Amino acid sequence: LFTKVITFYSHFTPTRTAANCPFYLAVPTLASVKHHTPNMNFLRKAATTGAMGLVPRNGRPTILRHSSHFVYQPDAKPPVEGPTQKMNMFQAINQAMDLALEQNESALVFGEDVAFGGVFRCSMGLQKKYGKQRVFNTPLCEQGIAGFAIGVANTGAKAIAEMQFADYIFPAFDQIVNEAAKYRYRSGNLYDCGSLTFRAPCGAVGHGACYHSQSPEAYFAHTPGLKVVVPRGPNKAKGLLLACVRDNDPCIVFEPKTLYRAAVEEVPVAAFESPIGKADILRAGTDVTLVGWGTQIHVLQEVATMAKQQLDVSCEVIDLVSILPWDKETICNSVKKTGRVLIAHEAPLTNGFGAELAATIQEECFLHLESPVLRVTGWDTPFPHVFEPFYIPDKHRCLAGIRKLIDY
Amino acid sequence: LLALSSLSTRALRTGGWKMSFLRTFGNVLCRQTSFVRSARPIVSVKSLSSDTATQQQGQQSASNGTLHAKFPGALEASFVTSPKLSLPESIEPIPIYRVMNSEGMIDDPSQEPNLDQTTVKKMFRDMVLLNTMDKILYESQRQGRISFYMTNFGEEASHIGSAAALSPEDWVYGQYREAGVLVWRGFTISDFINQCYGNAEDLGKGRQMPVHYGSRKLNFVTISSPLGTQIPQAAGAAYAFKLQPNNQRCVITYFGEGAASEGDTHAAFNFAATLDCPVIFFCRNNGFAISTPSKEQYRGDGIAGRAAGYGMAALRFDGTDVFATYNATKLAREYVLRENKPIILEAMAYRIGHHSTSDDSTAYRPAEELEVWNTVEHPITKLKHYMLQRGWFDENEENEFVKSIRKQVLSQINQSERILKPDWRELFQDVYAEMPTHLKEQMRSMEEHVAQHREHYPLKDFKQ
Repeated sequence: LFTKVITFYSHFTPTRTAANCPFYLAVPTLASVKHHTPNMNFLRKAATTGAMGLVPRNGRPTILRHSSHFVYQPDAKPPVEGPTQKMNMFQAINQAMDLALEQNESALVFGEDVAFGGVFRCSMGLQKKYGKQRVFNTPLCEQGIAGFAIGVANTGAKAIAEMQFADYIFPAFDQIVNEAAKYRYRSGNLYDCGSLTFRAPCGAVGHGACYHSQSPEAYFAHTPGLKVVVPRGPNKAKGLLLACVRDNDPCIVFEPKTLYRAAVEEVPVAAFESPIGKADILRAGTDVTLVGWGTQIHVLQEVATMAKQQLDVSCEVIDLVSILPWDKETICNSVKKTGRVLIAHEAPLTNGFGAELAATIQEECFLHLESPVLRVTGWDTPFPHVFEPFYIPDKHRCLAGIRKLIDY
Repeated sequence: LLALSSLSTRALRTGGWKMSFLRTFGNVLCRQTSFVRSARPIVSVKSLSSDTATQQQGQQSASNGTLHAKFPGALEASFVTSPKLSLPESIEPIPIYRVMNSEGMIDDPSQEPNLDQTTVKKMFRDMVLLNTMDKILYESQRQGRISFYMTNFGEEASHIGSAAALSPEDWVYGQYREAGVLVWRGFTISDFINQCYGNAEDLGKGRQMPVHYGSRKLNFVTISSPLGTQIPQAAGAAYAFKLQPNNQRCVITYFGEGAASEGDTHAAFNFAATLDCPVIFFCRNNGFAISTPSKEQYRGDGIAGRAAGYGMAALRFDGTDVFATYNATKLAREYVLRENKPIILEAMAYRIGHHSTSDDSTAYRPAEELEVWNTVEHPITKLKHYMLQRGWFDENEENEFVKSIRKQVLSQINQSERILKPDWRELFQDVYAEMPTHLKEQMRSMEEHVAQHREHYPLKDFKQ
């Protein structure tokens, strides 16, 4: 405990960088998103160098997290025309919520610790701008947050509710699955909660262990009535969040937390929406289709480059983006073209969303498949702490998977 | 410091704990700095001891003044120097407010709500309507005509009394045993019975079990089976209404004392209190959750007894007394809208009927106990006595009324039975606001299947 306190104070020394800052504490100097463009060089450096190894701090060498199993690949071009600003993912999300609050007088932002800016800085400055009535802390109770959000949405007001970590969404499972998802259906469309959006940080972060790393999308993908999306970076995060707020169905945005600061790119300043239910082909290829979402997309992009260089294999990389409903057409068209497919996700294998993709692909593309559908995923274990490098479906496991597909 | 660091493990994971910890602890540090500067002695709190002499001395000298900062978690609490257990026995149970006794006599004339004859008659008739409809629909389930039913026997007054005190604009979130609220608001016999049959006239399109009513027109949010879920939703709706300009609308949510054990109830109470929501939490404490008696449900002073713990107002009353219910709800409505604060109402009653048609309550409770509640302590009997005293009750007129209700209900059953079920494709509608591609494909696939295997499906019962 004493060590913990010391570490805690050291976070407030001016020498703090993204690399030595724990994932749940953000950089306080990035206070204003709209009117401040921070120097993000250190973030890019952290992302490209892997942010691991020995970094001297306070004159002592300290072992830091072993997190960056990916290299962030910014979007090739902004999704819409108009002026852009370089921002990371938490800033893009912050701007999206800012726009949502500005555009809808009824919109509310709430959750645990959102008032001071959120533990990931996503709601920075919003309470100051929109008041305590519209941006506020709730008691620490996920089922309460979800139930409260449904009630707000029942009246037609926009509810943007935060689950602090996707790992803690399970107390709200009943409210989300039995209530939010079925509201419109069971009432014969008399009542709905379509104006609600849940945001939840998800995915591996280097040292999050069992309860700060999970990717629970498959649990929710099994629930008719919900929409579930996962952004791969700032542009998608902003576009999807605004689309979810606008959408007339209850939506969950799972935000890969490791991208909050590591993902930096040019983002249009204006409001725009990324379509829900639409996958993105990020790299065209002819030999193997690689499908993933969230952080895994950046792993797959690197894997595609490695496959080209090392195996002379041309990979088509597709970001599924939307888990429910998902873009069957884009995936199946690609697989029909390449004849081989590798699906990769951080969540465990058994009944992961990859299973749904695999089953549909074999049903739709049976005559086109040159090799079995392969899934490279987290293992069927809880998400471990020190073993994370051995748990995640990293580039080496994915590349080995491609080799297997080609050699079949 | 170490003690503070050993915050609950739950707090450790939130990430935010470090920040709040810093702020909290930073305040303490600042204040400590100031007293160090003024060179005053550090807190002289005596060690906890059960020794009487030390206790007395300690109690005299100890006060908040001796500590240079207040614990943020309990700002109003004072110090004592001997351990003082807060025992449940030392708290007086919340009394049961009553206006009218078993003979329909008003205990305290100042509490007479002075409702006019038309209103009281409507109250009585709505209770009788509900009671009569319940009896017939219960029987029709027994005959296999509807799949399921839940009666409201013994709780008619808490529905009608509360509904009468609300504005029709107030939103209602119910559990499932609040059909009387709908009766009061104008849900018709055909609305009720069509829902139970799930036919094409059912507002819910035949998707839910019987008694899961809902009405947009009557501001009654559609019932769902999971217990307690509606309670935090009611708080959220109340919060949203509060932010609307010139809000004159509150939200009421009904639930049983069994549902009050759900985590969602705790969530709702705490959210409503901390976020200042104009919501009335109306607990129907009827003594049983299916077979579980309330003494196995909780050990505290009922549900109203929890209010203080959440920093909320509470009122307990006789839920078999329609006037006590009316006055309590009226008072609560004025309170929540004036203060923008929640309140817990606890209507004490007795569940006279079985839990549902799937339950036989004689397996777990004595018939004699039931008998009292079904006669002298029955809400309809009490109001009848009151009306007799006023000369507002006409036996013949009432018999005719019951007869006409019976007739209406029976004829509606016959009618509802004959109305076709909705087009079976409605099964795929309203999952989403717009049907997504994969659902369209599934619906097409079922259409093809049905076309080829018509004989195996009850198509003649469904609209085409």
